[in-house]
Amino acid sequence: MEKPKAYLKPHSPGATLSPARWLSRTRAWWRPVLVILHRELLDQSRDWRIVTPIVGFTLFFPFLMNFVARRMVGFVERFGAEIVAERFFPFLLLVVGFFPLSISLVIALESFAGERERNTIEPLLIAPIQDAQLYLGKLLSVLVLPLLASFLGILSYIGVLMWRLDWKPEPMTLAAVVVLTVTQGVLMVSAAVLMSTQATSVRAANLLATLIIVPIALLLQAESMFLFWRQYHVLWYIVLALLLTTALIVRVGLAYFNREALLNREMDVINLGTLWRLYRRAVVGEARNLREWYARAVWPEVRRLALPSLSVLALLLAAMGIGYATVARELASIDPHLLPQSIRDPDTYLQNLQRWLHASVLGGAGRLPLALFLHNMRALFLAWLLGVMSFGVVGLLVIMLPFGILGGAMAYMQFLNLTTPTEFFLGFVLPHGVAEVPALVLFGASLLRLGARWITPSRQRSLGEVWITSLGIWTRIFLGAVLPLMLLAAFLEAYLAPRVALWFLTR
Amino acid sequence: MIRTEGLSKSFEGFWAVRDLTLEVHPGEILALLGPNGAGKTTTVRMLSAVLRPSRGRAWIGGYEVTQSPDEVRSLVGVLTEQHGLYTRMTALEYLTFFARLYDLPPEASARRIRHWLTFFGLWEFRHQRIGNYSKGMRQKLALSRALLHHPQALLLDEPTSAMDPESARRVRQAIASLRSEERAIILCTHNLVEAETLADRIAILDQGRLVALGTPEELKDQALGPPRFRVVLAEPRTDPPPLPPGFQVEEQQPTSLVVRPPRGEADNPRLLRALLHAGWPVTRLEEVPRTLEDAYLALMERLHGKTESLPQAA
Ligand SMILES: Nc1ncnc2c1ncn2[C@@H]1O[C@H](COP(=O)(O)OP(=O)(O)OP(=O)(O)O)[C@@H](O)[C@H]1O
Ligand SMILES: [Mg+2]
Repeated sequence: MEKPKAYLKPHSPGATLSPARWLSRTRAWWRPVLVILHRELLDQSRDWRIVTPIVGFTLFFPFLMNFVARRMVGFVERFGAEIVAERFFPFLLLVVGFFPLSISLVIALESFAGERERNTIEPLLIAPIQDAQLYLGKLLSVLVLPLLASFLGILSYIGVLMWRLDWKPEPMTLAAVVVLTVTQGVLMVSAAVLMSTQATSVRAANLLATLIIVPIALLLQAESMFLFWRQYHVLWYIVLALLLTTALIVRVGLAYFNREALLNREMDVINLGTLWRLYRRAVVGEARNLREWYARAVWPEVRRLALPSLSVLALLLAAMGIGYATVARELASIDPHLLPQSIRDPDTYLQNLQRWLHASVLGGAGRLPLALFLHNMRALFLAWLLGVMSFGVVGLLVIMLPFGILGGAMAYMQFLNLTTPTEFFLGFVLPHGVAEVPALVLFGASLLRLGARWITPSRQRSLGEVWITSLGIWTRIFLGAVLPLMLLAAFLEAYLAPRVALWFLTR
Repeated sequence: MIRTEGLSKSFEGFWAVRDLTLEVHPGEILALLGPNGAGKTTTVRMLSAVLRPSRGRAWIGGYEVTQSPDEVRSLVGVLTEQHGLYTRMTALEYLTFFARLYDLPPEASARRIRHWLTFFGLWEFRHQRIGNYSKGMRQKLALSRALLHHPQALLLDEPTSAMDPESARRVRQAIASLRSEERAIILCTHNLVEAETLADRIAILDQGRLVALGTPEELKDQALGPPRFRVVLAEPRTDPPPLPPGFQVEEQQPTSLVVRPPRGEADNPRLLRALLHAGWPVTRLEEVPRTLEDAYLALMERLHGKTESLPQAA
């Protein structure tokens, strides 16, 4: 008769373990993970729905790509621009590596939801393994075959390129492609596994998967752009952001992993009424009128955002500083004669700028604020979307971007001797920044807070409830503070800012 | 070995199990009976640390299910209501997988797998995909999985529900042979004969509540009253039977008589003496069989009122 084993928790506080003990403990902890991994791989290797596309993508795709590449080279060579064609190859490599990964999405979405539909999950849940072991076993198992297929695809494509076009990837390019492929794969899979644990059925999980596919497709485009321009350092930042997001997703998945929910019958019924009431309650709180709402729902939340707001402000200023420093350095090292006439010559530049500002002051009035507002809202929506998908992280990057550009402009104006940084700040940033900067800071902070709420485990409430409630609380800030401030900023930007800027320039 | 105290489970306000207090000792088999939806499976799932009790507590081998779920899981063997086998694996692969999850040493696991597969007549099919198995074969395989790690607490949710008579009998033999000094077994079943032949004690759940608990005999006494005896006569008699005081006639026919003695069996000599003394030609005295089924149905009738007779076809 078996005696229960002393169960080792992965992070037990036994800090004074000898390395050997630690190693054996770690191995013991990972053992069930590998057992599950092994079974899953066996199962997958027998599933034609998985094997066929993997083989297809690996064997067939590189040749298709090669055909495309040759066409491209042929086309561009006629214009004597080999360089450009060669720059497409890394992008094609990325694509070749990406397609097999899309299969991992299918497997991952099945991982828990499928077992649950087939009722095979219960014996697993009864086995003496920890949540994390089961979760990791599944997660890893989903990755192995598609990643392997990815690498095979990339390799065979490189082979084809070397053989037919005599092109060899630079080590850096290859490293970037491989690392990007892996991180994207891990990110997609962990998000899909999370959805699989939360979805009531495979069908529901598949619907949720759009939430993964769309942003990843966008990301792929951005990555290929940076690959094309060989901006490797940007790529490494992307990798970092992806890894961070992955870690957060895995954490959420573990925090909300719930054996009990996995045994519930599948019922794909969403009660929209209940969801809406939950959301409404989170937005409105106890308030009965606007004043109460501001006093009881919005203001306390704004105060709770004090600390995150400070950090966001610091980040925005840092972005501005980085923009300034980067442009200043570039300008110092560049040969001025390489710049186009229109922006090299301070006088021409000033004239253009003034003409543009005049036009804004005179012509724009009336339609302009609304247009500005809508434009800003679009940017915020993008930031929100990316933020929601990355627990706030990427959303912050989006609002940092304009500040970086602003910093660059500051350096440029200084370079042209038009304004000092202080003058630039007072004349070009402050007038509408008075409203817009607090709005952006609050927006960023509330996004961060939203992300933080999502990754904080809650045993009482389901992931869906937590998401809706925290979205509701986010909405308080957005409707109560960000939106009015942005409206105000749009008016300031339309009517006040051009005048102030003009005054600073013509003074 | 298995103990519950006020164990309750609610699903969004619906109490599937209410206030269940039970104990199953090592060496004992407890049959858990009850109509569909009574809460048997829910109880098993709480005992195997998969469902969290809403109230109350449960222990397996001294480990509390919410506090030490890992230990509990390593102590229980569960035959789940739905076997949930992986159809793309062979039986051998399947059992090996679970043996590894339970961290059995390789030799022991090979030996046990062989033992149980042979016992259930599956050994020759061990290399076949489970997808090709019949329902009963699957159930036997699932049972093998539950037994693989020699669990101290065995929870069997309807182990013979899909089996042919012969296999069902084998499984019953297996369960009987699993009764050991150190093991406690809970057997959920709708098969009352099975419950009666295997179980030491029987618990009946109804709408999540424990409505009866005891040995089969105790339950029968409780539901059907003390035993009754049939007296069979050689020739018809229509005069009132000459019974000692305290005896009740339950049913009289020309050549037979059903009597309920006040103290059960022990009163039979007195009964016989009186009848023979009065010259009644007794050829046989036998107990009127009280099946567990009768007792169960009587109990349910008492709880829910008489079930309506089936609607007649027009
Ligand atoms: N996950 C769940 N969510 C909601 N209700 C549930 C859930 N699981 C069980 N129930 C309900 O709890 C009650 C008890 O179910 P349970 O499966 O324990 O019954 P049972 O005694 O095993 O029945 P059967 O004899 O049909 O197997 C039923 O009314 C069932 O509908
Ligand atoms: Mg049941």
